[in-house]
Amino acid sequence: MKEPIKELASVYQGTLDCVHCGLCLTSCPTYLATGRETSSPRGRVYLMRGAAEGRVELTGLLAEEAHLCLGCRACETACPAGVPYGAMLEETRAVLQASGARTSMAARLERGLLRNVVAHKNRLRAVVGLLGFAQRLGLDRLAARLLPASLRDALALMPRVPSGPDRAPLPETTPAQGERRGRVAFFTGCLMSEVFAPVQQATVRVLAANGFEVVVPAGQGCCGALHAHAGDLEHARGLARHNAAVFGRDDFDAILLDSAGCGAAMREAGHWIPGEGDAMASKVRDVCEFLDAVGLRTPTGRYDARVCYDDPCHLVHGQGVEAAPRRLLRQVPGLELVAHANPTRCCGAAGTYNLTQPEMSAIVLADKMDALCAADPEVIATGNPGCMMQLAKGVAGRGARARVVHPVEILDAAYRTPA
Amino acid sequence: MSTPDPSPHAAEGSLPGSGGDALAARLRAIVGSDGLLVRDDELFVYECDGLTLEACRPTAVVLPETTAQVAAVVRACRAAGVPFVPRGAGTGLSGGAHPVPGSVVIECSRMKKILAVDAENRTAVVQPGVVNADLSDAIQHLGLFYAPDPSSQLACTIGGNVAENSGGPHTLKYGATTDHVLAVEVVMPDGEILRLGSPTGAASGLDLVGAFVGSEGTLGIATEVTVRLTALPEAIETLLVIFPDVVTACRAVGEVIGTGLVPAAMEILDQRTIAAVEDSVYAAGLPRDAGAVLICELDGAAVSLDPQVERIREIARANQASDVRVAEDETQRAQFWKARKGAFGAMGRLAPDLYVHDAVVPRAKLPEVIAQVCEIADRHRLRLSNVFHAGDGNLHPNISFDRRDEDELGRVIQAGGEILAACVAAGGVITGEHGVGVEKRDYLPLVFSEADLDAMRRLRAAFDPDLVCNPGKAFPTTRFCAESNPKARGYDQVPFE
Repeated sequence: MKEPIKELASVYQGTLDCVHCGLCLTSCPTYLATGRETSSPRGRVYLMRGAAEGRVELTGLLAEEAHLCLGCRACETACPAGVPYGAMLEETRAVLQASGARTSMAARLERGLLRNVVAHKNRLRAVVGLLGFAQRLGLDRLAARLLPASLRDALALMPRVPSGPDRAPLPETTPAQGERRGRVAFFTGCLMSEVFAPVQQATVRVLAANGFEVVVPAGQGCCGALHAHAGDLEHARGLARHNAAVFGRDDFDAILLDSAGCGAAMREAGHWIPGEGDAMASKVRDVCEFLDAVGLRTPTGRYDARVCYDDPCHLVHGQGVEAAPRRLLRQVPGLELVAHANPTRCCGAAGTYNLTQPEMSAIVLADKMDALCAADPEVIATGNPGCMMQLAKGVAGRGARARVVHPVEILDAAYRTPA
Repeated sequence: MSTPDPSPHAAEGSLPGSGGDALAARLRAIVGSDGLLVRDDELFVYECDGLTLEACRPTAVVLPETTAQVAAVVRACRAAGVPFVPRGAGTGLSGGAHPVPGSVVIECSRMKKILAVDAENRTAVVQPGVVNADLSDAIQHLGLFYAPDPSSQLACTIGGNVAENSGGPHTLKYGATTDHVLAVEVVMPDGEILRLGSPTGAASGLDLVGAFVGSEGTLGIATEVTVRLTALPEAIETLLVIFPDVVTACRAVGEVIGTGLVPAAMEILDQRTIAAVEDSVYAAGLPRDAGAVLICELDGAAVSLDPQVERIREIARANQASDVRVAEDETQRAQFWKARKGAFGAMGRLAPDLYVHDAVVPRAKLPEVIAQVCEIADRHRLRLSNVFHAGDGNLHPNISFDRRDEDELGRVIQAGGEILAACVAAGGVITGEHGVGVEKRDYLPLVFSEADLDAMRRLRAAFDPDLVCNPGKAFPTTRFCAESNPKARGYDQVPFE
């Protein structure tokens, strides 16, 4: 008999809600890919309980499965008992991290990069700037031939970095257009604001066009999602505390984001830092959810394209937002929204998963691309930077015609093009 | 399907006992390293199915992809003198997929191909790991569906359904699995491959398909199943009828059936079940203040439904129903069913463990038996919820408990025995659709004489004379005793706290 793991006490409480009904099984991409109970949500919850009770090793199969899990949280959408799987997974990874189970070079590199680069706006900006410079010189293609496989994959995922002026910081205040409907804060995040700066500019324009004054509070930081997913909950809590202070300085109607992963994390802030994070968490909304709730101003122009909307896991499973983006897109004149199979299933991006678990990520992506290619869209819309990069990689791999965009880019185009 | 192993597990592994290494090597040669699980913590995860009590770790788990691999695995087990246990998705509630000591679990989850669909003749040939709901999804565009719909249909497999002769809400009109299986390819307990039945469903000779369906994996392993498909009805109406309590709801159900109406389904949920479901992601707007609700579905020709709906309204009103709501659209209809089918899992909200009973009583006795069941649970101070196939008289008294509380566990088992005895005394049987498995094996003498059991044993021996295929299930292990000592039934003591 192994020792019960006291540090898993909160995880253990979660496992007690599972009565082993199995409704989660077929929601799980890794179960579908392997057929193994061990790689299913029910199996992982069983392992968590087993480790907490001292019936299995913490650092054995549970450690492997905690990292083979995509963290897509589709099992939460399927679970009638409301097992808080995502939070349990983060907690388990944190306990594993603290136990020293993850000491590999890659794990330390990931943790170091997340702590020392991603969490610091200026450093990230410098790194991304360098990357863009390298891309323009063609050095990335040279580097791709020299670098080890995992870093090569990371480079291949990177979209073309916008040039310096296109990455200029957003104005601190953007006035509302037309009749004023309110004042909102915009959380820009790390990767979105650097690599997907044009998306963020589109978000601000769309909000302004809908009558909202948009404030981008100075001093805001990274949301901590990637840190939490990697088992560095301690650092994630610090980041959440910082953001709660920054966004607490003023009273906004809502705190909006255009990154589903950041949104889910910001909504967890109440759970990460009980008491301190609640006020911020209660105001966090995805931009699509918000626009749908307040009512979209009918676009003046058109967007003539056949579009598939693919749900980011951390929007549909993490925040329960499924219908809103589709309702917005249906209001765009000229747009034909076409269905594809399993839109709510993970694409395999899952934060840094496509770098840490490239084989499983590729299997999951292949399923996604089969479904998308069968629907043959001209445009794929999804509201999360990781998913946008992953799907773009999938599209390129299949030689498909689709462009991958954020839903707000479609709305923005429909406001800006003539009817 | 060939799946690269994403987290390369220990490439080598041996099985305990003499000859274990040789068996592991043989199994690995058949299914590859990726298809063989032998590590302790891997086996731990396979120690139970939907019944979490009476768990037992296997010696190995294999994940074959073809009939030939299943046959080879069976032969390897035979050569090593090791018993084997077929498993689908592990959603069964009677422990039918529980390993026995020293056994090899043959997990069919990778055998998930739909091999053929014949729309004209309304049949499909599927591998055993095909998920029940996936089959209906795949043929919907042809105007067809696969009728048996267990509540676990989003996860459970056709192979598992065949083993347990699974039912579901729509069994009332469409019948259980046995009514929809035309032919089965079986790997026999000696490794030989047999085909039972005929694809047309026309019987000639002894009805071996009839014997095989519901044999709980004790006669062999289904590796290919030919099923009957059913035309989607032209129209469907789903009613939600609100009652003050379960007993009045049961009376109304009896009266509806008595008029000769054949609804597609009649399901009752009691107040505690409604609360659990309404707290979950499957909330469907069921009224929390209702003592019970009846979900009544009618299907068939569009013109035939309105008069039936009216008739049911009248009967409901005459039986104290306060309201009859008709599902407004397909979305709401789907919500009602998701609520019904998520009920079992939703009870995880009530307590860490759930004991789902499964007994059938003559419909006319439902009100009286339900009252008895409630009395038994109250007397043992247990939390009881009822959600059941009322139209079939198929009860599912669910007892929420915590297995870590030894005293409560004892009362759960004691009450379970009393509930089954009450159902049998009312002229019922001890399982409607979940099977006997390990859970009810020692209650069989309540309904069968020694001669009955002996006849079943002889049938089983004709297929599996050495009792190596899913042993320890579906037959009494000892002479009957209403054992209520948890330890004697192998329950785990849990050391946490």
